[in-house]
Amino acid sequence: MINLTINDQKTSVPAGSTVLDAAKKLNINIPTLCNHPDLCIAGNCRVCLVEQKGARTLIAACAMPVAEGMDIHTNTLKVRNARKHVVELLLSEHRSDCTKCYKNQKCELQSLANEFAFGDTIFLDLVEDHPYEIDRSSPSFMKDDSKCIRCQRCVRTCSELQYISAIAVANKGAHQKISSFHDRPMSHVVCTNCGQCVNRCPTGALVEKTYIDQVWDAIYDPEKHVVVQTAPAVRVALGEDLGYDPGERVTGKMVTALRQLGFNSVLDTDFSADLTIMEEGTELLTRLKKALVDGDKKISFPMFTSCSPGWIKFIEHKYPEFLPNLSTCKSPQQMFGALAKTYYAQKRKIDPSKIVSVSVMPCTAKKYEADRPEMRDSGYKDIDYVLTTRELAVMIKQAGINFRNLEPSHYDSIMGDSTGAAVIFGATGGVMEAALRTAYEIVTGREVPFNNLNITPVRGMEGVKEVTIKIEGCTDDWKFLEGAELKTAIAHGLTNANKIMRLVRQGKSPYHFVEIMACPGGCIGGGGQPIPTSMEIRKNRMKAIYSEDEHMILRKSHENPDVIAIYKDFLGKPNSHKAHELLHTHYVEREQY
Amino acid sequence: MYQVGNLVKELTEKHGRLRESLMPILQGIVERHSYLTDEAMVEVAKELDISAAEVYGTASFYTFLDTKVRGKYVIRICKTITCSMKGKGEIIETIEDMLKIKVGETTSDRMFSLLETNCIGWCHKAPAILINDLPYTELSPEKVVEIIKGYMHK
Repeated sequence: MINLTINDQKTSVPAGSTVLDAAKKLNINIPTLCNHPDLCIAGNCRVCLVEQKGARTLIAACAMPVAEGMDIHTNTLKVRNARKHVVELLLSEHRSDCTKCYKNQKCELQSLANEFAFGDTIFLDLVEDHPYEIDRSSPSFMKDDSKCIRCQRCVRTCSELQYISAIAVANKGAHQKISSFHDRPMSHVVCTNCGQCVNRCPTGALVEKTYIDQVWDAIYDPEKHVVVQTAPAVRVALGEDLGYDPGERVTGKMVTALRQLGFNSVLDTDFSADLTIMEEGTELLTRLKKALVDGDKKISFPMFTSCSPGWIKFIEHKYPEFLPNLSTCKSPQQMFGALAKTYYAQKRKIDPSKIVSVSVMPCTAKKYEADRPEMRDSGYKDIDYVLTTRELAVMIKQAGINFRNLEPSHYDSIMGDSTGAAVIFGATGGVMEAALRTAYEIVTGREVPFNNLNITPVRGMEGVKEVTIKIEGCTDDWKFLEGAELKTAIAHGLTNANKIMRLVRQGKSPYHFVEIMACPGGCIGGGGQPIPTSMEIRKNRMKAIYSEDEHMILRKSHENPDVIAIYKDFLGKPNSHKAHELLHTHYVEREQY
Repeated sequence: MYQVGNLVKELTEKHGRLRESLMPILQGIVERHSYLTDEAMVEVAKELDISAAEVYGTASFYTFLDTKVRGKYVIRICKTITCSMKGKGEIIETIEDMLKIKVGETTSDRMFSLLETNCIGWCHKAPAILINDLPYTELSPEKVVEIIKGYMHK
């Protein structure tokens, strides 16, 4: 342990800790901007300057390792002047149209400016001298360099967490900027639209592309029937933007709020998550049968899950030779979309051209997915608008709803029922667990051999998880699987996905079935979730997801009554011709760099 | 626009495929072709298995790793104070007049580009220019005409 004093208070912290860590331990607040708990130290914004007795210059608390006997002061005149100037200099290059900014009141630079209570500043406003253009090319997010303070959180996110580096630091000095390859529009580079950069941007330089106004227009249009679906991870995070602590479940209140906003039908993506399990589970078992019984050489393993649109775009760019390994199943959002304007329209006797289909997702890549040309199997754009968790919170505030006082209510019927298996889609390992709960039972006629259906080895925050399930006691149809070991792997965050993909490319993958989610922690840590995020926050949301599962009466996808009904009335059986038409898709090879 | 062909492969074989080989590889391309095309940068990214944005980020940091179209001969004239005092203005005017281009431009036959540069360390023999890697010093308008004529007939 290293002993030091900060503001004359003694503390000791492990070697390798930073001055910032030590200050946190003492509950001393040091402002930061470029620092983020998920990312490596950068030390480039200089907002965290502190004074070290005996040192020639001020030091950056976030980057300075502690040393024995250090005497640190965080609130001297020198420190305060320096920090004030640092923030002022950042502001001189930042378009401060705060009241009109999407991040108004949610901007870390604005909070700092507020803390320092600037009046007149001695620095020039340099923004007008630059010919800034906002990049609106991606359907998922916008990039406005005039608000960028070059803290490089986005660059570190894209390289460290996502192994993409779609953006990097370009040019130098006054011309330094965060740039894609040769400044190309974000829609034309290797970006996966995952939105992890958006989630970590301290200012309004990177924000989701919002469709709030379009959704309001649809709601107010008496001609339109507006249906909304909510993804599993939204219900365990929405509260954070409405004054609740991370990890509080607000499912019932959220449903009531959506109804009060004026949506005609409030439905659940969990329904189509259960449907995904039926389709994807059947697909996996069919692939195994074709390979093992029919000796079909074209079938290759592992089969990859296809729920995460960021992951889909990643593999389309980076490992296109393995596109045949992807499950052909659409994501739950898109399955829902295709059915809303067919099955739901028929059942409710509504002209599908009058239906506006909205989804609330923890995700920015879902906006891109909804725009894909493949996603029009209903004959219309299957999903019209995608809102993030954050945008829903904005709408709830705009409508003046007092969220805390709402009475919880239930989802509407037809495509509103769900099981615990669907809820856990929101956490890394959840799709695997849900698939195993159903597939094991199809093959053996018995429940998965885990206490209370909780397949705990697939859960948790480890980057790559491996789980082998021994299949025993098969029914007659599945005798060829008797005694087989189903090898599975789970990865979350594209850097971890890349680790698995390297093994696959080298021919060293032992796996049959692999679940991959683009975002750290899975959808609960999605790019569209409330800001900030950290490991602790993601863990709280994850805990809430599993508690939601435990509280469900039905916890296996094949027991979902709405799912049973749709196969009986509309789709026939899993992987039927009709199911293939509406619920499955294909993928596109894209530029690799 | 040139085709980068096998050059990137040759350079990676010479310098290796680690991240630290990026600079010598980019320098090797510029040595041969004066500037970096998008195609060349993507090829480098592929060979080193890094992102193209990172290659561009590095290239755009260095003035001498150009990512805009440049002529076969890049004339860089020192814009700093000593050269200015010793008549850099006249030298620029002479070259502009001779090549019919302005500072920052490239001749239509892609033979010459005219750029300004920060100090190149020849203050004691100002005014100075660089043509690709070679410095020419103690210039007069007459002298610079002769030098450029020499390149025209190369």
